[in-house]
Amino acid sequence: MQISMSVNGNEVTRDIEPRVLLVHFIREELGLTGTHWGCDTSNCGTCVVLMDGQPVKSCTVLAAMADGHEIRTVEGLASNGALDPVQQGFMEEHGLQCGFCTPGMMLTARALLDKNPHPDDGEIRQAISGQICRCTGYATIVRSVQWAANHPVGSAATGDAADPSEAEEVTA
Amino acid sequence: MKPFDYARAASPPEAVAAVAGNPAAAFLAGGTNLVDHMKLGIAAPEQLVDISHLPLDKIEGTDDGGLRLGATVPNSDLAAHPLVRQRYPVLSQALLSGASGQLRNAATTGGNLLQRTRCIYFQDVTTPCNKRNPGSGCSALEGYTRYHAILGASMDCVAVHPSDMAVAMAALNARVEILGPSGDRSVGLHSFHRLPQDQPQRDTVLEHGELITAVVLPPLPEGTRSAYRKVRDRASYAFALVSVAAVLRLEEPTETDDGDGPASPPKIAEVRLALGGVAHKPWRATFAEEALRGQPATEEKFRRAIDAELQHAVPLPDNAFKVTMVRNTVVSVLRELCGVDQSSGGAGTPASGGEDRP
Repeated sequence: MQISMSVNGNEVTRDIEPRVLLVHFIREELGLTGTHWGCDTSNCGTCVVLMDGQPVKSCTVLAAMADGHEIRTVEGLASNGALDPVQQGFMEEHGLQCGFCTPGMMLTARALLDKNPHPDDGEIRQAISGQICRCTGYATIVRSVQWAANHPVGSAATGDAADPSEAEEVTA
Repeated sequence: MKPFDYARAASPPEAVAAVAGNPAAAFLAGGTNLVDHMKLGIAAPEQLVDISHLPLDKIEGTDDGGLRLGATVPNSDLAAHPLVRQRYPVLSQALLSGASGQLRNAATTGGNLLQRTRCIYFQDVTTPCNKRNPGSGCSALEGYTRYHAILGASMDCVAVHPSDMAVAMAALNARVEILGPSGDRSVGLHSFHRLPQDQPQRDTVLEHGELITAVVLPPLPEGTRSAYRKVRDRASYAFALVSVAAVLRLEEPTETDDGDGPASPPKIAEVRLALGGVAHKPWRATFAEEALRGQPATEEKFRRAIDAELQHAVPLPDNAFKVTMVRNTVVSVLRELCGVDQSSGGAGTPASGGEDRP
């Protein structure tokens, strides 16, 4: 069957089998391997992408179900060569170690901050409660999201990416 | 996953006709349970009829002051809806206690009602299970039963229904609106899910091809309070060991007291209690309700009432603790809703109409 959707702002159309999961569609059809495939049972949350702005577990969504919808993956967080504050926050506050859970964590954080720009720690913990990190103990992830909340897009202190030369390096 | 056909229905009747006409077809909405089951080999439909784009996603007031909740409203939206939070806090609390945000964004009202048990033997296709494979036996009966039923089970199945939402809806006397090949019908939430008896493969009274279109919440009289409490192994993202939904109204206090001495506790005018994590369906504690109606709101009455319910409990080797847990949770919830001070054992200042926090 043929499906079309917007992925990080780009319209894509592919012929797929109905049983293809969205996570595999994104990784294998589109080559966007930033989205990770973890438990495959909607428990771990590393496969989280934004569907119409809402975090969903892409291992439990058929690609066919996403036909006509807007998908945003971790590759779509940075814009115009500048890291999203959430990405910068994970760097500044050491929100990752092995990095496996990170794409899902960051997208859930992005959606949280879009809805609630100044969450308290409890709200952050609640937002990421469907996602598992076995490295950090979560404390640094919460701090990373708080860093992003304190450095919203467009603020002077969003990070060094305001320097165009460095920004290009980031997207390379 | 086995190959299957996928189609989007253009209307609810078209969806119903498509599924009713193919014994191997299934409806698909959020997919959070069904897609997992297809991966695990628990379900293998040959055709999926996607209903997620049908206009069944509205939350609307009803003429009598209740609410009609569309079958495909995401659980997140339902929990956050201002009228749900204001009038039916028990439902909002129940929804927010279930799964995680990422799943609630995809899971729907109808799908939540139809989600299947998380019994580990049901989910493990290598073990016998009467629900998954009728007649093969129940592995839980000689297995690990910490998460299983204490009420209404049978020798064929001791699984519990996993939904939080449905427990709140049972206490709210909700009705399930159904569209089938031969027309509409409406079933009380309490009668919608089945006890296992000798057909544990049937979770609900739905026939093949019947589609949930909405859940209707009746209006609640002025002054009704409600609350949901879930007890589980960790504070989030876990299924209930035990949960309690309570919806009640106290009688207006009378002005007969002379002002000296303690005021007599108010009486319970109306109460509905539903329990989760204890049975194959959301369990309406009707014996307890009967014992509470018209009685003074005191801790002693609460204890006696829930004991009237729990005398029918049949715990399994690993879950006798659930009996005590239900008793304590019910008493605690009723105390909070009625404003009963633990030390005095009588009603003091009533709590506000149920906590309304996530």
